[in-house]
Amino acid sequence: MRYEAPTTTKEAANLLAKAKGKAFVLAGGTDLLVRMKAGMLEPDLVVDIKRIPATRKVTKTASGFTIGASVSGAELGENKAVKKAWPGVVEATELIGSDQVQGRCTMVGNLCNASPAADSVPAMIAAGAKAAIVGPKGKRSVAVEKIVTGPGKTSLKKGEMIESISLPKGGAKIGDAYLRFIPRTEMDIAVCSAAVCLELGAKNVIKKATVVLGAVAPTAVTVPAAAKAIIGTKLDDDALDALAAACEAACNPIDDKRGTIEFRTEVAAVLARRAAKIAFERAGGK
Amino acid sequence: MAEAVDYKYIGTRPVRPDGVDKVTGRAQYGADPILPGMIHGRILRSPHAHAMIKSVNLSRALELPGVHAALSGADFPGGIGDEAIGGESGGTMSDLAKNVMARDKVVYHGQAVAAVAAQTPQLALQALKLIEVEYEVLPVVLDVRAAMQESAPLLDPTCITKGVKPEPEKPSNVVSVTTFNRGDVDEGFEQADLVLEREYIVPMAHQGYIEPHGCVAQANEGGAATVWCSTQGHFEFRAATSKLLGMNMADLKFIATEIGGGFGGKTVVYLEPVALLLSQKSGKPVKMQMSREEVFRATGPTSGTYGTAKIGVKKDGTITAAKIWMAFEAGGFAGAPTGPAAMAVFSPYTIENFKVETLDVLVNKPKVAAYRAPGAPQSMHAFESILDEAADELGIDPIDIRLTNAASEGTTAPYGPKFPTIGFVECLEAAKNHPSYKAPVPEGAGRGLAAGFWFNVGMQSSAEVHVAENGTVTVVEGSPDIGGSRASMCLMAAETLGVEYESIRAVVGDTQSTGFSNVTGGSRTTFATGMAVVQACEDIITQCKSRAAATWGVDDDQVEWEDGHCVPKPGVNAEVKPLSLADMAAAAAKTGGPISGRASLNAQGAGASFSVNFTDVAVDPDTGHVEVLNFTAIQDAGKAIHPAYVEGQMQGGAAQGIGWALNEEYIFNDDGVMQNAGFLDYRIPVASDLPMIDCEIVEVPNPSHPYGVRGVGETPIIAPLAAIGNAVAHATGVRINELPLSPPRIVAALDAAHKA
Ligand SMILES: Cc1cc2nc3c(=O)[nH]c(=O)nc-3n(C[C@H](O)[C@H](O)[C@H](O)COP(=O)(O)OP(=O)(O)OC[C@H]3O[C@@H](n4cnc5c(N)ncnc54)[C@H](O)[C@@H]3O)c2cc1C
Repeated sequence: MRYEAPTTTKEAANLLAKAKGKAFVLAGGTDLLVRMKAGMLEPDLVVDIKRIPATRKVTKTASGFTIGASVSGAELGENKAVKKAWPGVVEATELIGSDQVQGRCTMVGNLCNASPAADSVPAMIAAGAKAAIVGPKGKRSVAVEKIVTGPGKTSLKKGEMIESISLPKGGAKIGDAYLRFIPRTEMDIAVCSAAVCLELGAKNVIKKATVVLGAVAPTAVTVPAAAKAIIGTKLDDDALDALAAACEAACNPIDDKRGTIEFRTEVAAVLARRAAKIAFERAGGK
Repeated sequence: MAEAVDYKYIGTRPVRPDGVDKVTGRAQYGADPILPGMIHGRILRSPHAHAMIKSVNLSRALELPGVHAALSGADFPGGIGDEAIGGESGGTMSDLAKNVMARDKVVYHGQAVAAVAAQTPQLALQALKLIEVEYEVLPVVLDVRAAMQESAPLLDPTCITKGVKPEPEKPSNVVSVTTFNRGDVDEGFEQADLVLEREYIVPMAHQGYIEPHGCVAQANEGGAATVWCSTQGHFEFRAATSKLLGMNMADLKFIATEIGGGFGGKTVVYLEPVALLLSQKSGKPVKMQMSREEVFRATGPTSGTYGTAKIGVKKDGTITAAKIWMAFEAGGFAGAPTGPAAMAVFSPYTIENFKVETLDVLVNKPKVAAYRAPGAPQSMHAFESILDEAADELGIDPIDIRLTNAASEGTTAPYGPKFPTIGFVECLEAAKNHPSYKAPVPEGAGRGLAAGFWFNVGMQSSAEVHVAENGTVTVVEGSPDIGGSRASMCLMAAETLGVEYESIRAVVGDTQSTGFSNVTGGSRTTFATGMAVVQACEDIITQCKSRAAATWGVDDDQVEWEDGHCVPKPGVNAEVKPLSLADMAAAAAKTGGPISGRASLNAQGAGASFSVNFTDVAVDPDTGHVEVLNFTAIQDAGKAIHPAYVEGQMQGGAAQGIGWALNEEYIFNDDGVMQNAGFLDYRIPVASDLPMIDCEIVEVPNPSHPYGVRGVGETPIIAPLAAIGNAVAHATGVRINELPLSPPRIVAALDAAHKA
């Protein structure tokens, strides 16, 4: 196995593009190294991106925020501006693992590992995050929901890596929230989860909304019907019931050691309901 | 209750002598020794839960450069008899042999089939892939009820059920039936105002010790060998290894390293005989260490159970009759803890009419091993739950119903003998007076209470106590220290000798440097080995008195031992200064040489330890998540030698019991492959899942121990199962009699209750 630690994104993309055999980007390594140690992966090339300055920082831009691909969960959590604008995204990222894992894990690693239960992904999608992809043919920007195509599968092509994630500006009338269900209180994988992002219009009526569920289908699922159920309302009980029903209808989970189909479906709707309430409050709704 | 005694050292909380090395990482555990030329062993495990082994071919593995040895079951000597394994674990030596390395058959997924030793662990793993095993796959039976059906696949076609008359003609998976009876249960149920009958299910659960099994073995060409291992009993490990390998026991030296938890699971050998045979074959020291996955797939969990319980109670709370029937999963080989389960279940109570029947049933799962109070958590979960439900129905406080029926001194225990002084009533009263019990149940929460009981054992122990030339003291014992017992030994020695704790150190000797001692198990170490240490110290005192007498020119019986000094008896006319142990040590050369004492014993009169636990839990009805808001553990320790380590046992047992009640379970697919062989999905509680476990130590001294000690290690795991279950029932209004009370199970039960 070859290990490389380039200092520019272009160099990294070149190494990946030219690699023979299996090549992997190494960010925090909290998925990659675990899988290597368990004998599930035997890479020929590992490209560590933590020495690339462009991936190391969080920047405020005219259109919002850019979060480098090797910014750890703990580092993101210390960024007051992002936390203020996107508390749901930051909370979701901070839910990953434990203190030790937080020191290493990244949002992009969480995304590219392509687990249906990844915590930061539904929150990123709800917030309208975009991924900046660098490859042999240059840069492109893609909505986060377009990255994961199935369990363990992404739309990234050979030689491509994600340099950063960008989030919109946010605003006083925008609120987001993410909740997951785990049987324990930490060190667990989401049995199901829900992210809600909404924007209020005049008189605190919901103007826009995105509802995303995690761990109830092969990829995170956006539920337009759930969003529709609460748009134009002030999140009254009927609206919440309709949102819950739409979420249940959108679930397509599996039965496994972590939960049954019935449980995941029921609880995903419960979480969506609760997340919607938090997001509403964060957007200034009453 | 016996009178409280004022002790100088006993009951204090000094720092444990092994603490610094443990917190700094210096302590050597089973897999830590590194020897020159050492190589690494790995085990090939069965991919099938039930299969005949047609052939094992090691040759391709042996051809791989860097591989030094390989073996399969055929390399072990045959002719292992059917004698019992002994210690705390059930089963026979011949089963143990097959559990260490399969011969012609595998009976669970993950059973050891072959092993290799190679230059590096990676190379050993590569070599495993080159071993060719031909299997003939057999149908699998996993559920204990299914295993008892006539049509079930048989794990052992020669198994005829023991303990039933007439002896069955046909073989079955039921190895044995254990029965205890008293009075007439039918008549008892007739007398009752309320009769309840329920089914109870408890899942297979693992001890969850943090240190996986590990050892290093080094054999020499002359037939001698040394084994470093993580064990609860290095003497028993030596005996088992010598039997399984046909080796002369005198040639074997077993060194117990520090141990990262055992809870009963490290009372049986898995790796040691394999590592030693690989070392013999390769001529090199061999290290073996299990992965966490191997620990789950192939080391002793405790039995999952299916059972029914029936109780008859009068309006005033008197239990008129009780009945338990419970089938225990033995795993692939016989040896479920059916005996202690049956003996323990009614022990806290005086019940005139009872019947208990427990079955040891073969299923294609790992062979069970001892786990803290083996069998009692399962059987007592059933009875402590149904008793609670009866109390609810009759409107009686759960403490009061237990007080009404509580066993006390003179009560004939269900298993035969009359109880000497015991502390169950004292525990119940302590619970009743506890501020947390008097406090109202938090809004929206439910409170649950349950009792626990464990016999505790004595068994054999040895200790030597050496006084150095300056009067400092070394205690040598043969009991691996799992929970701070070296500190407790030092405290008992300090108290007996009247010497400061700081001038005493205890070491666990290897099998060649101290006398035989049984396993650290059965909650026996502080009781039995402690008794040996006290007697060895008394031996020293006797010698000191006679040396002082000689020095002073008086008779031996004219000298007394007082507060760590030899003093002349009152009235004895000796114008002499009292002699301390240090004085005696300094003068040793002139009085007969170094001073040391020893004792070896088979300790009698282990006092039973009772407990009462209560807890408040909040249940999120929409997600089924249970939050344990507070948990109080009350237990009779007889006398807490080192209270912090007694509390450690109580808190640890509570944590394990709460985990078992809420989330821990083995999940198998239909082929018998465990789906959650890791701590991610086998959910023991993490620190943030638990409240601070509040402990109250009750002290009703055990008259059979010089300082009143009762064992405390096992009782703590029992009560939490039913206490949590009872609390969840009160929080939700729905009784769920199947553990674990995992979120999906709670949501499903609440949904069902909602619909009904
Ligand atoms: C103890 C523990 C607890 C955990 N708990 C959680 C949890 O609660 N919730 C949760 O969602 N996850 C959890 N995880 C999984 C893991 O920590 C997260 O998925 C984490 O976000 C991965 O980030 P990383 O930077 O460590 O990824 P890495 O391991 O470095 O990478 C993961 C994958 O993404 C690829 N990759 C990484 N960066 C890029 C990039 N810039 N461009 C293209 N591909 C890339 C890698 O090649 C690899 O395939 C846990 C893991 C552990 C070990």
